[in-house]
Amino acid sequence: MARDQGIISWKELPLGCAILEPGNAKELQTGDWRSERPVTDYEKCIKCGICYIYCPDMCYTPKDDGFFEWNGYYCKGCGICAHECPKDAISMVKEEK
Amino acid sequence: MARRVGVEVSIAVSEAVKLADVDLVAAYPITPQTHIVEHLSEFVADGELDAEFVPVESEHSAMSSCIGSSASGARTYTATSSQGLALMLEVCYIASSLRLPIVMNVVDRSLSGPLSIWNDHSDMMMERDIGWIQFVALNGQEVFDMTLQSFKIAEDHNVMLPTQVHMDGFILSHVIEPIEILDKAEVDKFLKPYVSPMSLDPEKPVTIGAVGVPEVYTEGRKAQEEALLNSKDVILRTWKEFGDLFGRYYEPIGTYKTDDADIIFITMGSVTETCMSAVDQMRRDGKKVGIAYIRLWRPFPFDELIEAITRADALIVVDRAVSHGGPGGPLACEIKSALYHQAKRPFVNSFIAGLGGRDITINVFKEMVEKTEKTMEKGVEPGYEFIGVRE
Repeated sequence: MARDQGIISWKELPLGCAILEPGNAKELQTGDWRSERPVTDYEKCIKCGICYIYCPDMCYTPKDDGFFEWNGYYCKGCGICAHECPKDAISMVKEEK
Repeated sequence: MARRVGVEVSIAVSEAVKLADVDLVAAYPITPQTHIVEHLSEFVADGELDAEFVPVESEHSAMSSCIGSSASGARTYTATSSQGLALMLEVCYIASSLRLPIVMNVVDRSLSGPLSIWNDHSDMMMERDIGWIQFVALNGQEVFDMTLQSFKIAEDHNVMLPTQVHMDGFILSHVIEPIEILDKAEVDKFLKPYVSPMSLDPEKPVTIGAVGVPEVYTEGRKAQEEALLNSKDVILRTWKEFGDLFGRYYEPIGTYKTDDADIIFITMGSVTETCMSAVDQMRRDGKKVGIAYIRLWRPFPFDELIEAITRADALIVVDRAVSHGGPGGPLACEIKSALYHQAKRPFVNSFIAGLGGRDITINVFKEMVEKTEKTMEKGVEPGYEFIGVRE
């Protein structure tokens, strides 16, 4: 695990700290940083897709039924979706571990 | 065959860069630029050098262009001076941390203010801690040779670091000297085309310049430090190879009449040759003086320095820059730290001289010796002195 996160000896670092595996930033689970998560009330949701459009980390995915599904892997809990939702269908709920 | 010609040193440098067959030159074309890149732009325009010449809008952009070029595997060159180097500084750190073998001639000039265009080593010392290899040339021939050597050293896969060749502004850059210009066939024997160990290639993508979080930054710095320290072996090997081919041998610390010297000057750059004349005169007067001069400033050759000076009773360190509010001169600071672990330490007298183009004449060197003899009689090592400053 440590190795995956670059916790290695200086002798093993690639030349100039280069990253040799393209696009491996996608493996970084920024969802770990979250203290609040967005929860959608599908009774209020009008399927407008504003949450999907505004999310800076692309955490919402359109589903076949027209609703949008949240995936927390990258969600930092910034609350933009909740702020922008025209129907106040999204509320931020404290993460409890 | 090599030809020995009378040529302005800046033009000789552009000949060396042309002989190295660089792929890209990025440079700011206005002051404080010199004839070096002016002539390179002519070579490119006239079809004598098959390279991209990028006349950028600032030195910051010049180094940024060089980084892109070098990262793509191209042999890359630039030159600048004083304020231009200061503007470039931010990006110079990036070049060394990305381990890109860019070669740059630095025409050493003072940093403002007061506003100055003249020669000293302020800009060289500003670059001291940025992780580049730094050579300091004595004369035009050394500038020419070191420029060629720099490509081979920087691009060695065991080094992969950017390199600066320092040459005194005006005293060297604008003066005509007899210089042996090697021919292309000779240079080709010494310098092979650059093969990058890792370049930007769509077929094999890599990310360079990514963020170094606290868990990685220290290791990145350590790797860079070790690379710079290890570059010395390659520098020494390359100098030996160059000497065997062309008859001019280089060493990190040059010496002049040090074998029996009681007092040894420590100098850098072109003022060393004036100091040689002063030493000759003082020797005629019976004073046993000599010179140890620094050709390799980073990585600093501690062992060679100790070897060169341990027999002396006193050292006179001639600094052409100031470390304001600190220990005086950066060179004296280095020398004193080199001596700390020695059982027998010579007396060190530190002078700051030749700032902002003020001449260091033979008489100034004589005055340094007289002052050193007096302070040695007192037995108290002085701090540092701005020699010749008007009180």
